[in-house]
Amino acid sequence: MESSSLGQGKGGEVQFTLPHQAAAPAYDDDIVKLFLIATVLWGVVGMLVGVTIALQLAWWPANLGLPWTTFGRLRPLHTNAVIFAFGGNICFTGIYYSMQRLLKTRMWSDWLSRFHFWGWQAIIVAAAITLPLGLTQSKEYAELIWPIDLAILVVWVAFAVNFFGTIAVRKVEHLYVAIWFYISFVIVIAVLHIVNNIAVPATLFRSYPVYAGLTDALVQWWYGHNAVGFFLTTPFLGLMYYFLPRIAERPIYSYRLSVVHFWALIFLYIWAGPHHLLYSALPDWAQTLGMVFSIMLLAPSWGGMLNGLLTLRGAWDRVRTDPILKFLVVAVSFYGMSTFEGPMMSIRVVNGLAHYTNWVIGHVHSGALGWVGMISFGILYWLVPRLWNRPLAYPSWATTHFWLATIGIVLYTVSMWAAGLTEGLQWRALDASGQLKYPNFVAIVDQLHPFYLLRMAGGSRYLIGAIMMAWNFIRTVRGREAAPGGAPAAAVAG
Amino acid sequence: MATSDKAKETFHRMLEGRGTLFAVLTTVAILIGGLVEIVPMFTASLGPQPLPGVRPYTALEVAGRDIYIREGCYLCHSQMVRPTRSEILRYGEWTRAGEYAYDHPFLLGSRRIGPDLQRVGGKYPDAWHYEHMRDPRSTSPGSIMPSYAWLLQRRTDPADVTASVRALRTVGLPYSDAEIAGVPASLQAQSREIVARLATAGIKAEPDREIVALIAYLQRLGVDGRAHIPPAGGTTPAAVSAAP
Repeated sequence: MESSSLGQGKGGEVQFTLPHQAAAPAYDDDIVKLFLIATVLWGVVGMLVGVTIALQLAWWPANLGLPWTTFGRLRPLHTNAVIFAFGGNICFTGIYYSMQRLLKTRMWSDWLSRFHFWGWQAIIVAAAITLPLGLTQSKEYAELIWPIDLAILVVWVAFAVNFFGTIAVRKVEHLYVAIWFYISFVIVIAVLHIVNNIAVPATLFRSYPVYAGLTDALVQWWYGHNAVGFFLTTPFLGLMYYFLPRIAERPIYSYRLSVVHFWALIFLYIWAGPHHLLYSALPDWAQTLGMVFSIMLLAPSWGGMLNGLLTLRGAWDRVRTDPILKFLVVAVSFYGMSTFEGPMMSIRVVNGLAHYTNWVIGHVHSGALGWVGMISFGILYWLVPRLWNRPLAYPSWATTHFWLATIGIVLYTVSMWAAGLTEGLQWRALDASGQLKYPNFVAIVDQLHPFYLLRMAGGSRYLIGAIMMAWNFIRTVRGREAAPGGAPAAAVAG
Repeated sequence: MATSDKAKETFHRMLEGRGTLFAVLTTVAILIGGLVEIVPMFTASLGPQPLPGVRPYTALEVAGRDIYIREGCYLCHSQMVRPTRSEILRYGEWTRAGEYAYDHPFLLGSRRIGPDLQRVGGKYPDAWHYEHMRDPRSTSPGSIMPSYAWLLQRRTDPADVTASVRALRTVGLPYSDAEIAGVPASLQAQSREIVARLATAGIKAEPDREIVALIAYLQRLGVDGRAHIPPAGGTTPAAVSAAP
């Protein structure tokens, strides 16, 4: 086995830098390109559905009187598309790119890589057909009906076999921190998916979960919160640990911090689910556990954020000029912000105000648009010129995209905070005689209209940025190949 | 201190060289929380308490609940009244765990784009729901809910409902063989009652339409619980007085 460059530095400290990039063995970059194309395509589709349902809240006739386009059927399509189609494909893009390089070996099985790719895309297409038809299990982010759930299981097992097979045939001894996070992703998603989807089929399209009532609710939110934790957090932290140091050309700030925050994060995250059921009739002990572990989760979350931001020490001057670093810095900052907001919202009394309101929607989107979206865009802008060996067609568009997206997120989150506080406070307001101050629910809804418009403006900006990126990539891939030995990155950094 | 840190790092460096052990320890770390929280839910002392008097849904209500799920109603309407004064004033008695005993899946919801529906059963006449689904603004001026007019046309299929009831028995609902065999008759009987009530309000509806099943489900929501919850007072949690 070849030794990595991880070694003992001054003062006994372990220097934590990426393994040396040796002359490239035959890595499978075609699979990376496939996942990358799927990421961009589904990203635009998922965000477009998001803007559509945002419009429906501002103007109800926007479903055009059709059953297939109502909010109730399209919202699951939006969440599944952005989480599993956009988020899933960018994770696989980054994982297939980085793990071959970190382990200095080609993926264990090209056939399994292709099976994973085409299987995953087939599942997305099946979701896009069944959800508008109203075929759903109703569990949030686990809406897909049981035959699709079985397909997910098969594809996930194929991915896991290929993933651990690649680890087994690796040519470096030690697993770099990004790989630890990928391992937790592969294992936990399998566990969550299986346990939450145990159900008895009634027909080909319908099934009922074996759990009843609040037990079903607890299993679902154990799943739902950890879909956030292990689908939208740990794999993306893995991507951060690979791409941020490579792009910034700085070593990871602290090895010790990465060890501590990895184990603390995966251990604590799994307990936090019941904070979705505060003030419900879920037994108090379970509610309290959910709240306490959610608050503790702040520490390992910020450990990851600080390790990311401090990795940039000495590279901050480049943030001013390099749009890729801009995307990454804002992504890590939003990760820090939303992982501060989350624990606060898990405190029982705060949750009493925030639960059921638009505040939650704002919180989710500061994580989804701010953290997941922005880090994905940064990685995509870095990868496309390298994978296709062509300079980016419109480098200045990347900066425009960055500002459109950033302003879009601010409009989105601020409007949803305002809307959430408005409805939350009016729902509970009592007059001097102890009666409801705003007894008419529709009148409260009516006041949210300007916020819904503002949210749509923010979301549209974010979507336009993504479309600009897609067009930029199409022009890049169709453009002329860079001269041999040229540095494609310079085209963006300039 | 320094030595123990060094020892830990040495252990972790060893671990980074052993992929299988790393994966096993990861699995152990993530299983603990889930097991500690979920397993006790299946015990009598730590899990949700049953509420006497709560009965399984009728065949027509099962059909209505399936429509409620298909249309994603739970994405805008919660089914959980929290134990606070304002919630009790707005919606009614706060929800007890045992009221959900026969809910597969649970439908608590996570967002109130519209109002909570846990206590909507019996709150409005059947005709109100019929008109509300046809055109929400006819009963609730200013509502942003879309029209669900197709529910007035689409039909409920008794064979499909029988399959649902059968599967629900497999997951634990106490339906007898006779009840499963009697699903079509039960559907017809309950539908006719609703159609008769609609007729008195001047609405002519066919008994096999989906709107009838949905009305049956909505009118059942929270009814069993409301009838069997002990009078407020001693059983109210401290949270009621603490939060507005």
